[in-house]
Amino acid sequence: MSFLGYHCQNGSVGTRNYIGIISTVTCANDVTWWISQQVKGCAPFLHDQGCGQTQPDIDQVTRTLISLGWNPNLAGVLLVSLGCESVLVDKIADGIAESGKPVEKIVIQKVGGAIAALSQGSRLAQSMVADASKIKREEFPDSELVLGVKCGASDTTSGLTSNPAAGAACDLLIDKGGTCIFGETTEFMGAEHILTRRAATPQVANKIIDIVTRMEKRATAMGFDMRGGQPTTGNIAGGLTTIEEKSLGAIAKGGTKPIQDVYEYGERPQGKGLFIVDTPGREPEFLTALGAAGAQVIIFSTGLGAPQGFPFIPVIKVTGNPITYERLPVHLDVFIELADKAGSSIARAGEALYQEVLAVASGKQTKAEIINYGNFPHIFTVGPVI
Amino acid sequence: MKQKAVVLNPKDNVATALADLKAGDILELEVGGETQEVKLTTDVPSGHKFSLSKIESNSPVIKYGEVIGIATTTIEPGDYVHIHNVVSTRGRGDLERGKE
Repeated sequence: MSFLGYHCQNGSVGTRNYIGIISTVTCANDVTWWISQQVKGCAPFLHDQGCGQTQPDIDQVTRTLISLGWNPNLAGVLLVSLGCESVLVDKIADGIAESGKPVEKIVIQKVGGAIAALSQGSRLAQSMVADASKIKREEFPDSELVLGVKCGASDTTSGLTSNPAAGAACDLLIDKGGTCIFGETTEFMGAEHILTRRAATPQVANKIIDIVTRMEKRATAMGFDMRGGQPTTGNIAGGLTTIEEKSLGAIAKGGTKPIQDVYEYGERPQGKGLFIVDTPGREPEFLTALGAAGAQVIIFSTGLGAPQGFPFIPVIKVTGNPITYERLPVHLDVFIELADKAGSSIARAGEALYQEVLAVASGKQTKAEIINYGNFPHIFTVGPVI
Repeated sequence: MKQKAVVLNPKDNVATALADLKAGDILELEVGGETQEVKLTTDVPSGHKFSLSKIESNSPVIKYGEVIGIATTTIEPGDYVHIHNVVSTRGRGDLERGKE
């Protein structure tokens, strides 16, 4: 099997062909948004970070923005900087340029303010889109795909149907030589012993334990039971009682293949197969991590109906909850019915979901893309805003 | 006819409702190839859990064949199982605060 993708200048393959308009700091978000709305063929990346943070977070934001720029769904990148922020726009530009892609920058304080930045930035973006539009879709093997998997607004059906179906789709892609990425470290708590059994090496198993321990320490440092935050109020209303129960259902979305390695937030996994990226479970932070990790398509399993897409990555929404599917056709792409013989129906659902991934990779629009939902992601940081 | 509840692993001591169930409903559940009957003591909403057997206070609640939490009271067969009678053992900053 194969899909129709865009050959990126650095040899990677995109499923979309946008010019990324990437804000380097929260203060540059408005201009970033204006340019992205002015010039067709652009996708904005807005966030609330980039300044007034401690060094580990400045490094994490820098790393994440560079990695987002590397995402194969971006044919080129225009960085929008205020000028005085803690992260360095030149460092980010250089980091993205190493991918071989065209990178431009606009610095609001240098060009005479927001309106001038809109004007100059739009002209730069227009020229970049004109160049990118010459790239035609071509046929590529499935092994070129990097599939991100996520679950959100989970209920009991997530663990019973949609997560196992997402996992079955991951297994199919890995069998064809492709790459899958999952994470949401908080939702490994209580299920880490199952993941460590699948670690490719003892070192990888240790890394899994380390990231779970670190995430749990962050959660407990506040001195409260984290129930209500994880599982969320909605998860509890949906029947999930504890984080352990949520985790045991959540890890099913990563399938059953060996876990090759574990990466930090904002890093780009190297090689093929199944990888973990250390992230919290919340949507805006995790989807950004998948984008930074190079995902060109995302499967998002939901019980109660999470609407988010991502600015330059198609996000396929799948649910096993029939009420949610009936109520929210505006957000949901695929329904998976729980059949009496769960095993065979999950395998069939995984195959159907895999076909949907290939169709979407080849250009079929997802519900979130069509209604342009998902323009407000976040970058995960660990320290205070200072 | 569609299943009204499911037991995911033979080791489990809870089942998951696949429809809104009522107190007094008698459910036939397949557990490890054998059929087990449970009568509900309370209503159980779709997606929520009920007990298959007596779970003593402070003993594990098991779903997917794994521990999902600890019972805070004795749970009788057919009882609704949720946050009112099960606690997590993870992410418990409240317990760590008590130790200081």
